[in-house]
Amino acid sequence: MKTRFTRLLASSLSVAALTAGLAGCGAGPKDGANGELTLWTHNAGNAPELDAIQEVVDAFNASQDNATIKVQAFPQDSYNDSVVAAASANKLPCLVDIDGPNVPNWAWAQYLRPLELSTDLSKHLDSTLGNWNGTTYAVGTYDVALSLMARKSDLDAAGVRGATIEKPWTKDEFDAALASLKALGRWDYPLDLGTAGTGEWTPYAYSPLLQSFGGDLINRDGAQSADGYLNSAPAVAWGTWFRGLVEQGYMAQKSGKDSTLDFLNHKSAIVYTGSWAADKAREALGDDLAVMPSVDLGTGPKIGGGSWQWGVSTGCANPEAAMDYLDFSLRSENIAKVAKATGTIPATDAAAELVPGFEPGGTNRILMDFSKKFSVLRPETPAYAFISSEFEKATADILAGAVPQKALNRAVKNIDANIKSNKGYTN
Amino acid sequence: MNTSLAQTTLPNPSHDDPAPAPQQKTSITSRYKSREQRTGWLMLSPAVVLLVLFILIPAVLSFGLAFTNARLISPHPATFVGMDNFARLFTDETFYRSLVNVAYFALIVVPLQGGVALLMAILINTKVRGVTFFRTLYFLPVVTSMVVVSLLWMFIYSKDGLLNEIIAKLSFGALQGADWLNNPSTALPAIMLMSVWQGAGFHMIIWLSGLQTISAELYEAADLDGVSRWQRFRYITWPGLAATRNLILITITIQALSLFTQINVMTQGGPLDATTTLVYQAVRSGFKQQETAYASAISLVFFALVLIISAIQRYLTREKS
Repeated sequence: MKTRFTRLLASSLSVAALTAGLAGCGAGPKDGANGELTLWTHNAGNAPELDAIQEVVDAFNASQDNATIKVQAFPQDSYNDSVVAAASANKLPCLVDIDGPNVPNWAWAQYLRPLELSTDLSKHLDSTLGNWNGTTYAVGTYDVALSLMARKSDLDAAGVRGATIEKPWTKDEFDAALASLKALGRWDYPLDLGTAGTGEWTPYAYSPLLQSFGGDLINRDGAQSADGYLNSAPAVAWGTWFRGLVEQGYMAQKSGKDSTLDFLNHKSAIVYTGSWAADKAREALGDDLAVMPSVDLGTGPKIGGGSWQWGVSTGCANPEAAMDYLDFSLRSENIAKVAKATGTIPATDAAAELVPGFEPGGTNRILMDFSKKFSVLRPETPAYAFISSEFEKATADILAGAVPQKALNRAVKNIDANIKSNKGYTN
Repeated sequence: MNTSLAQTTLPNPSHDDPAPAPQQKTSITSRYKSREQRTGWLMLSPAVVLLVLFILIPAVLSFGLAFTNARLISPHPATFVGMDNFARLFTDETFYRSLVNVAYFALIVVPLQGGVALLMAILINTKVRGVTFFRTLYFLPVVTSMVVVSLLWMFIYSKDGLLNEIIAKLSFGALQGADWLNNPSTALPAIMLMSVWQGAGFHMIIWLSGLQTISAELYEAADLDGVSRWQRFRYITWPGLAATRNLILITITIQALSLFTQINVMTQGGPLDATTTLVYQAVRSGFKQQETAYASAISLVFFALVLIISAIQRYLTREKS
């Protein structure tokens, strides 16, 4: 009886293992082999953007007979997981959507192949190119820019000078402005930096503030250590200042879920939000809206650069067609189409001419200027995913009252250990 | 199984067999038994295959991965690194904080949730009109997804949320409630309260089934003897629930130790690690930080802890003869 049981258990185990093995290795023909290429995008929950992408794809399909592109959309929250799962099963589609800072990680993991485009990328905003080790692996048709938005009437009431791209607020001016606005007594918290945000928002929004103080996420030369950068004296000054905003009652430790909406409902005086909110805010406030650059906290204003980009997978059976599609999507009229639908900054000046508001002198042109002048890419290293999560935790801890030096030292220790355990992510 | 019955009901396929009668008898019995066995295993197989595929194999894999440097995304194959992951884990202060948090959570939630559930079960174990209504009401939070419950309670706990409004109204503005989830000293207790509210209904049903196995005659006899309500509970209900009690103790403990969803939705382990837990740490390492091997090591330690605690509970609550 005992042996029978063992034999049965062993055979069911092996059957199950075999099934699992087969499911894992059951790679069919590579995507693109029969002239049909698949394109994965993250914007299943964003109808205007998805429609614009579909229009570009339809136009490409109609323009030639060699290849057909098929769009598959995923919700943003599960998009990265889907790609990673598909990559480990060797089933990546030809064309994938990638969040800019992830490009080096995916290039290092050999998910992406270097781009071979006929488009001249030198005229594109630097922040729309996904580079790693001197090679371009991804290209975006748009970028987004962060700005400070306020009502001119509020600034006047508090006697505060509006910041301009030539003369942004300095740290002292900003602190004084917050004090005057707070003194008006109209708001519990005059400033809303979007502290309810989690995930990639944290490094996207707050690491530029750290960089403006003179710190950084990592030593960008070789990207081997964060020591002396993320825990440097300027970085600690950033942490102390950031927590100070909460302690002085200028901003909530955890803001509302939708900062833009709170601002439009006049629950805050100054909001830190992106180009995507500009049209909505202008519609609601008209000429009273002031779109201002981020604060100069020491080394000039900085904002995060790099949004969603497109790349071609290593497993694609027809990379030529995939590259052709990318060239097609980078034509000015197609860049403009997507930028118009999403309220984002078009990647080239030529396309900007075609997007209302972004032409020279247009109402949103200033956002494109922010992007050109102030944008700093998140570190272009495969370690970024890890750095991002450590920075997120350190920032949350500092906002909750942790000693900045201690929180940042801990992040540095973890980041350096991770880089070391991956042999420097060099190949 | 009776041999003669087997002989009469089963056709004898081996009547040519020259073997003597007694031996033939046993061979028929065993053949019958083996057929019964085969059917049994056949019926069991769907469950076994699924369990093996989705529980056993991943568990075995994660035990193996814990001793490598496997990553979620990497161009390099995993290599064996011995105890490195465990060495790192045992020097990580967040790990010890997780242990303390989970212990604190379990020590409060297990008796509280079990107690509240028992109280509700006793209250609704009567034959009064409208009892089904209350039964449904108490059970409602259980069928609601924990993610939804967590999101709702985030609003309740927010600084100008429902709870603080009630506190302010009841004290005529004299008391100002805390910023429950952003204050390191109130975040975990706030999550405990919510978890008890959500989970108690389920255990109420289990208590109820236990209560209904207690013979009504015992209560009738007790009534004749004129015992008090407390004595009734102490000497009839409580001993009658012994088996149910053990089941509830172990299920709530395991549930409390694997605290994750509430944390992931409401606080992400913060503020200042006040709500971080082992499972949350494992998921964060494994997916966000792409460190599959380290996450496996955390899971392995978690598995060992749960096993030890459950074994101790089994030992303490064993039937003493």
